Amino acid sequence: MAILVIAEHDNNTIAPATLNTVAAAVKIGGDIHVLVAGQGIGALAESAAKIAGVAKVLLADNPAYAHQLPENIAPLVVSQVIEQHTIYSHVLAPATSNGKNILPRVAAALDVDQISEIIAVQGADTFKRPIYAGNAIATVQSSAVVKVITVRATGFDPVAADGGCAAIEAIATVHDAGISRFVSEELAVSDRPELTAAKIVVSGGRGMQNGDNFQYLYSLADKLGAGVGASRAAVDAGFVPNDMQVGQTGKIVAPQLYIAVGISGAIQHLAGMKDSKVIVAINKDEEAPIFQVADYGLVADLFEAVPQLEQTL
Amino acid sequence: MKVLVAVKRVVDFNVKVRVKADQSGIDLANVKMALNPFCEIAVEQAVRLKEQGIATEVLVVSVGPVAAQEQLRTALALGADRAILIESNDELSSLPVAKLLKAVVDQEQPQLVILGKQAIDSDNNQTGQMLAALTGFAQGTFASNVEIAGDQVIVAREVDSGMQTVALKLPAIVTTDLRLNEPRYASLPNIMKAKKKPLETLTPDALGVSTASTNRTVNVQAPATRSAGIKVKSVAELVEKLKNEAKVI
Repeated sequence: MAILVIAEHDNNTIAPATLNTVAAAVKIGGDIHVLVAGQGIGALAESAAKIAGVAKVLLADNPAYAHQLPENIAPLVVSQVIEQHTIYSHVLAPATSNGKNILPRVAAALDVDQISEIIAVQGADTFKRPIYAGNAIATVQSSAVVKVITVRATGFDPVAADGGCAAIEAIATVHDAGISRFVSEELAVSDRPELTAAKIVVSGGRGMQNGDNFQYLYSLADKLGAGVGASRAAVDAGFVPNDMQVGQTGKIVAPQLYIAVGISGAIQHLAGMKDSKVIVAINKDEEAPIFQVADYGLVADLFEAVPQLEQTL
Repeated sequence: MKVLVAVKRVVDFNVKVRVKADQSGIDLANVKMALNPFCEIAVEQAVRLKEQGIATEVLVVSVGPVAAQEQLRTALALGADRAILIESNDELSSLPVAKLLKAVVDQEQPQLVILGKQAIDSDNNQTGQMLAALTGFAQGTFASNVEIAGDQVIVAREVDSGMQTVALKLPAIVTTDLRLNEPRYASLPNIMKAKKKPLETLTPDALGVSTASTNRTVNVQAPATRSAGIKVKSVAELVEKLKNEAKVI
């Protein structure tokens, strides 16, 4: 039996979440094949082939796959599973916006239920996953012939990005459903570490009062080499863009250090960061729920404490 | 064009849920239930399309127990025209729900189906994409803006890297993200009117759909709790602790 892992990438580099997903596959056990679908991605397939533990890389290089449109990628995955390689017992993808978009379309086409956002592997058919914003952990067993699973990156330590030497096999057939078209994208441009991969994350909430005040956090983050996140309240209020949201329905992070600034600590926000190793909360309201999960709490005016913190570091 | 909206009855988002002592699931006895927040956004979007003269009818569908009629009435009070409850007392997984919705789509032939991107109980984020697979429609998930342009729907999507815009041929599936709109409050006259709007009840059997799942919940446990740490008195003390005690900077 073998496991098919769908690589997450931006046509330039393999995203770190792919390495966590391969780690989940290693725990399940079996030959690991990685599907890299995109356009102009020969070099990407080379780097996927170097991922530790990968036995084979399937390369689907075609304009139809350039923007990860699920209408085209899902049939590609399904055809690999039921026509080309009937050896697959599992299909895994990182629980990124692409993985979440594509994989349920694959599962339904295979007539199986999906298991979303696993955080632990109990056995080849049994997995743990958070429900109710992480307020409960369900153990779910799948009887599906092919188990279709998205993997929450923070649940698994990544495998090494190099050391492997997998064979690369090109997929010739092209799936272009012709019912959807990429129009445009607005990418967040930042020199700071990507949120889900950052060792330190500084996040701001409603207490920041406006978007300009996030400059306090950017400045602190640059000193720490940190990524910058936000609570839903800050994103909803238009202070910062959506890709910065940490929480149940935003990004899930588990850095070494998470500094929550002016964040009250709604359950939905805690769901996205409570697995961080060390949590610091800075808030002027000493009753704020964020202090119930913080290792170190500082009751202070953030506009005084944050610059002071930056200077002290 | 006809717009179909799928909605789910879930635990109110403010409720702190508790795991049952026998680990069989979440204790839902006497817990406040509500329309899933993402579904509310879906209803609002459909109603706005009707107000813009684009949608001709807004049909709202739920799969759940008899009590889910309350959430359908809420959707009707927000401006939906007609409701269908597919009655099932079992907690169904996403694929059977998508199959039931597919059966309704086949009967009703909507041009646009809007769903919440995920329900805040199971946190699956699957049903819309599965319905898209079963119907063969294009999908615009995690929508932050939706515009109808001729025979297409243009969807701006919230993605990890920022925002992506796609053009989908109709009929299509859209799933909502938080910032698509701010749902209105139902007015008292509209709540009264909603009581008279048609609400039809169907069953999975009548639709010829099996509700079997390949997933089985073995148990549900409380997560490892994180205990509160200490309060530091100053920034200097915080930095000292982070350097010497936690050793993270």
